[in-house]
Amino acid sequence: MTRLLPYPWLSLGLALTWLLLNAPLTPGSAVLALLVGLAVPAVMRALRPPAVRVRAPGTLVRLAGLVVYDMVRSNIDVARIILGLRRGERRTGFVTIPLDLRDPFGLAALSIILTGTPGTLWVQYDSQSGSLLLHVLDETGGDEWVRRVKDRYERPLMTIFS
Amino acid sequence: MTGAALPVWAAWLVVALAITGAGFSLTGALGLIRLRTFYERVHAPTLGATLGMALILTSSMVLLSLIEGRLVLRDALIGIFLTITTPVTLLVLARAAAQRDRHEGNPGAPPEL
Repeated sequence: MTRLLPYPWLSLGLALTWLLLNAPLTPGSAVLALLVGLAVPAVMRALRPPAVRVRAPGTLVRLAGLVVYDMVRSNIDVARIILGLRRGERRTGFVTIPLDLRDPFGLAALSIILTGTPGTLWVQYDSQSGSLLLHVLDETGGDEWVRRVKDRYERPLMTIFS
Repeated sequence: MTGAALPVWAAWLVVALAITGAGFSLTGALGLIRLRTFYERVHAPTLGATLGMALILTSSMVLLSLIEGRLVLRDALIGIFLTITTPVTLLVLARAAAQRDRHEGNPGAPPEL
């Protein structure tokens, strides 16, 4: 961004982390938080990480809400499966999902989302073909999982990291 | 305020959150025994790393906030770092298992991409 703030999100994150660790807020810890937020990203510049561009904050908030909801629901689902409370046949299996998302930050976010919702396991991603191999605990057959990952998570992520 | 002066409703809330969170973590650990294949088993511990962790941390934050008389959000950092690091472990485990199963030609090996 600028010479002073090459990675504004990293600066903000570091300063907030410092303040949280040193709560309650005092003038001294605020000054140190500012210094950490300014100094560490300047060192990071030597590693030349690619800049993150986050767009559509509204979509980001909606996606975060959706992920929290899905996380709670799939936790309960998987707990029921483990405790044997669910009736009927259950099939597990591998699902291949063709992804259009190519941004590395978007893919990292997708892996966090899929891991955060138990019942889906990220096995392998092929960057050549852009296909993702998932293991699902509750295979429903058909392309239900493909549509779920693409519509619920991939599309908002592509808007955010476009 | 000290722990002894905690109002009853708050004590119940803290205990309920901690017990529910611990329950999810225990269920996840149980899943390691009950589920059959490696790929199924990897799903189980994520219960403790997601909802179980979130509930226990919330319980801890509520307790500390009430005792210290201010909003304590420090524990949320544990949640953030656990959430962004767990996928790395699971990814490496799953990838190693897939590699081995394909190489040995085991039944139940994941399909080639």
